[in-house]
Amino acid sequence: MNLNLTLIGQAIAFAFFVWFCMRFVWPPVMQALQERQKKIADGLDAASRASRDLELAEEQANETLRESKEQAAEILEQAHKRSNQMIDEAREQARQEGERMITQAKSEIEQEINRAKEELREQVSRLAIVGAERILESAIDEKQHGKLVDKLAEEL
Amino acid sequence: MAGNNPTPTEYIQHHLQNLTFGNHPEHGWSIAHSADEAAEMGFWAIHLDTLGWSIGLGLVFMLLFRKVAQSATTGIPGGVQNFVELMVEFVDNSVKDTFHGKSNLIAPLSLTIFCWVFLMNLMDLVPVDVLPMLAQKVGAMFGADPAHVYFKVVPTTDVNATLGMSLSVFALIIFYTIRAKGFSGFIGELTLHPFNSPNKLVQALFVPVNFLLETVTLIAKPISLALRLFGNLYAGELIFILIAMIGLWQLPLHFPWAVFHILVITLQAFIFMMLTIVYLAMAVEKH
Repeated sequence: MNLNLTLIGQAIAFAFFVWFCMRFVWPPVMQALQERQKKIADGLDAASRASRDLELAEEQANETLRESKEQAAEILEQAHKRSNQMIDEAREQARQEGERMITQAKSEIEQEINRAKEELREQVSRLAIVGAERILESAIDEKQHGKLVDKLAEEL
Repeated sequence: MAGNNPTPTEYIQHHLQNLTFGNHPEHGWSIAHSADEAAEMGFWAIHLDTLGWSIGLGLVFMLLFRKVAQSATTGIPGGVQNFVELMVEFVDNSVKDTFHGKSNLIAPLSLTIFCWVFLMNLMDLVPVDVLPMLAQKVGAMFGADPAHVYFKVVPTTDVNATLGMSLSVFALIIFYTIRAKGFSGFIGELTLHPFNSPNKLVQALFVPVNFLLETVTLIAKPISLALRLFGNLYAGELIFILIAMIGLWQLPLHFPWAVFHILVITLQAFIFMMLTIVYLAMAVEKH
């Protein structure tokens, strides 16, 4: 266990190994470690950003859904209103038509009545003439007494 | 194993002797054949086993980590890259928690210390006789007496190795102190601390006391750093050797000690790294 040159040899070897480690081992390993660290940090960053984006998109989707629902409700309401209106209009039209038809029928009936009255009057006058002829027993000249007969018919 | 029937003492001593190559006063540059010869070589000797194993294990660390560093992807890491990244992040966090200055050196230094010391300690788990025996066989092939082929596998059980590292750390401590506080700051730290007084005369009296105390504190850092690692591993190794001597009963004993030793190995590597960081942080920190 003598102290000898080994000590210096060991010191030199030590210095060499430390130098080698400092020059060729430490920097590349450290660099790799740091780069990986950065990569992982970037990855985590991207992941959190993506989740935030997703949240945003979900919110937007919900908003759009809500809006479209509102719109649909509005459209439905309008349609209801419109259909009610149409029904009302149709009802009104039908009523008017009915009224119109009724008045027409009434006027037709009146005309018919008038015509029937006229005819009746004519026939009565003719009957009256025939009756008068029978009574007078002479022919009444249609031409001569036409005026008289007409007057009679009018009076009836 | 020295000789055919080594006594326990011989066995232990054989295991604790490094394979030493040095300048012997009589034989010149040669491999020591005994502990005495190794001692006679004095300072100008090299422990071939310590240096060989420590450099070899350092290369294992270096090549493994370099390979991963070259092919490091920022995508999903594979098995080895995962492991390397785990180590790097662990060391990086330890450094960031303790050392608050800015330095490109501290973190790689800590990583190197932790991995290298861990690998060197790990050699302790190789059964104590396997590699020395192999070395003896190889030595015998080259014509050496197997009894004189020493081989100590765990570099951290050699105080030279731990002291070599801790003295490098010590040099860094001084360098960082001077860089952060200037040379005068360094001297001031040694002399104006822990006792100081607004009175100039009293302060002058305090200076030598402070200097003594602070120098001891400073020197204690590398010494304790080296001896802590060395002592733990040396003791662990010694217990492995002792267990190996008791014959058949060693089998149930080796396993629990090895399991326990895994903890020691990791812990000591971590402590060496952590204390290095703490010392350097203290060197940079302003009081």
